[in-house]
Amino acid sequence: MADYDYLRDVARQVRRDIIRMVHGAKSGHPGGSLGCADFLTALYFEVLEHDPATFSIDGKGQDIFILSNGHISPVFYSVLARSGYFDIAELGTFRKINSRLQGHPSTHENLPGVRVASGSLGQGLSVGIGAAQAKQLNEDDKLVYVLTGDGELEEGQIWEAAMYAAAHHVDNLIVTVDYNKKQIDGPLDEVMPLGDLRGKWESFDWIVLEMDGHNMEDVVGTLRKAKGLSGNGKPVIILMHTEMGFGVDFMMGTHEWHGVPPNDEEKEVALAQLQESLGDY
Amino acid sequence: MFKQTTAINKTNTLMKNYKVTDIKDTRSGFGDALLELGRKNLDTVALNADLTSSVKMQHFAREFPNRFFQSGIAEANMISVAAGLTIGGKIPFVGSFANFVTGRVFDQIRQSVAYSNKNVKICASHAGLTLGEDGASHQILEDIGLMKMLPNMVVINPCDYNQTKAATFAIADYEGPVYLRFGRPKVPNFTPLDEKFEIGKALMLNEGNDVTIFATGHLVWKAIEAGIMLAEKGISPEIINIHTIKPLDTDAVLKSVLKTGCVVTAEEHQMNGGLGDSIAQLLSRTMPAPVEMVAVKDHFGESGKPDELLKKFGLDSPDIANAAIKVMSRK
Repeated sequence: MADYDYLRDVARQVRRDIIRMVHGAKSGHPGGSLGCADFLTALYFEVLEHDPATFSIDGKGQDIFILSNGHISPVFYSVLARSGYFDIAELGTFRKINSRLQGHPSTHENLPGVRVASGSLGQGLSVGIGAAQAKQLNEDDKLVYVLTGDGELEEGQIWEAAMYAAAHHVDNLIVTVDYNKKQIDGPLDEVMPLGDLRGKWESFDWIVLEMDGHNMEDVVGTLRKAKGLSGNGKPVIILMHTEMGFGVDFMMGTHEWHGVPPNDEEKEVALAQLQESLGDY
Repeated sequence: MFKQTTAINKTNTLMKNYKVTDIKDTRSGFGDALLELGRKNLDTVALNADLTSSVKMQHFAREFPNRFFQSGIAEANMISVAAGLTIGGKIPFVGSFANFVTGRVFDQIRQSVAYSNKNVKICASHAGLTLGEDGASHQILEDIGLMKMLPNMVVINPCDYNQTKAATFAIADYEGPVYLRFGRPKVPNFTPLDEKFEIGKALMLNEGNDVTIFATGHLVWKAIEAGIMLAEKGISPEIINIHTIKPLDTDAVLKSVLKTGCVVTAEEHQMNGGLGDSIAQLLSRTMPAPVEMVAVKDHFGESGKPDELLKKFGLDSPDIANAAIKVMSRK
């Protein structure tokens, strides 16, 4: 039984980290990061079978996670540090010169927890499929998790990957879509409507689940359900309903905070809404 | 001016005699080596995008169906899947036509493979003009440039069947991203079977004093033919096979140019971004010397037979020999 109150405390601290990192760097992407804080907390602190102390790129015998929408690196780095992949003090170097915490995740600086570079969208799903196929060949029964954005689904490569994963029965793969319905240029439905997203994935022969990305019990429960559905010949995708900027009132309900850092005053207003729980870095 | 297209080496001390054992395609060298690799190393996996037999991967696919992944006509996904397979310790060989595994998927290679430093082997057939009748849409002449610009990427363009086979074994043992370029036509096979392939190590084919010809890929044999023509005129050509364009064997290049003082480069690629460009860059920084480049001069290709195309675009053996005469006059 998960300690949901603890998970919520962690997620709140992760949100504080996001605000402070993006403010400190005077650049970065707070909106999507805040929206995925609950999901990544649930994944790394409750669902993922992993051992940060023995991190290796290969990840043999462990679950692995691939972040396809690399611009939400603040939430990824915070969750990695908070779950023990590296010292939380390093979060203060985000996007600064000589840092391992690049603007978008990279393996180039050997940051523990990162297995492939992302940032240019649409590639992480394919990479996760390859990693899952390697696990199948290695008879490694652990799983591969991938997170993508929803705007990212406009990339053609996503649908190449969707066909491929179903054709090759990549059934040790659980993909989550951050379905906040917003992208840089505006609401997704204005920029490029995705239509019947559930129907699209079902027609590609994927198992489709949905969850409320801000309800910790639902996130943990749905991820566990997805895990239970693995190994049945089909890949699984979860449409995760989220709100960009969730947890900071003035960042919600708009796409304006996709890639804009808060100024000093805005940072203080935001942090006042996010009580410190595990201690700031 | 040299006009003949084939030369027979009569006994001439200025030019070593090369024996052609048979006429074979370089792509078959790759395919035959891949099959052997599949038998030797269970981590060898292969991917192709609906051109399996054209790239000669059908033998591997038939013998190891669980380690061969048909990707359909979807190269972007294929490249990134290959990057993912390395995460579990696999050694993926990704095959298609050179055009479709470079230009079409440059960003996937850049981010998922080169920047992420993944152990992916990009194996590209039907490179250059000698793809022939399909024409310019398929005749990529920019792939060496695209690939050599990427940090971490090794770029190899072997000259014949035996060398392509040896190169395929060599890149399997090398840890890191590699671009292996080969072609469609059957060409003279003259590399000794037992010749070791060392990545980044140029091969001396003929020692000479008057001019150095640096050639790569299919044009290595054309350079040998040019060497015979030059030797008949009393010119002593040094001929070096640059099978690895990156990392370039700078020691071999500089040592030779110090002796001969002038250079011809020969490749089935655009002049911009190719082997000649790499050598000229090295020489201009360290040892300026006159250079003539036998390469495609900012043109697209067209339909035709391979030899007709090499002739039309100025990449034939007489073109190399004429370039040698010209560059010697500039010393």
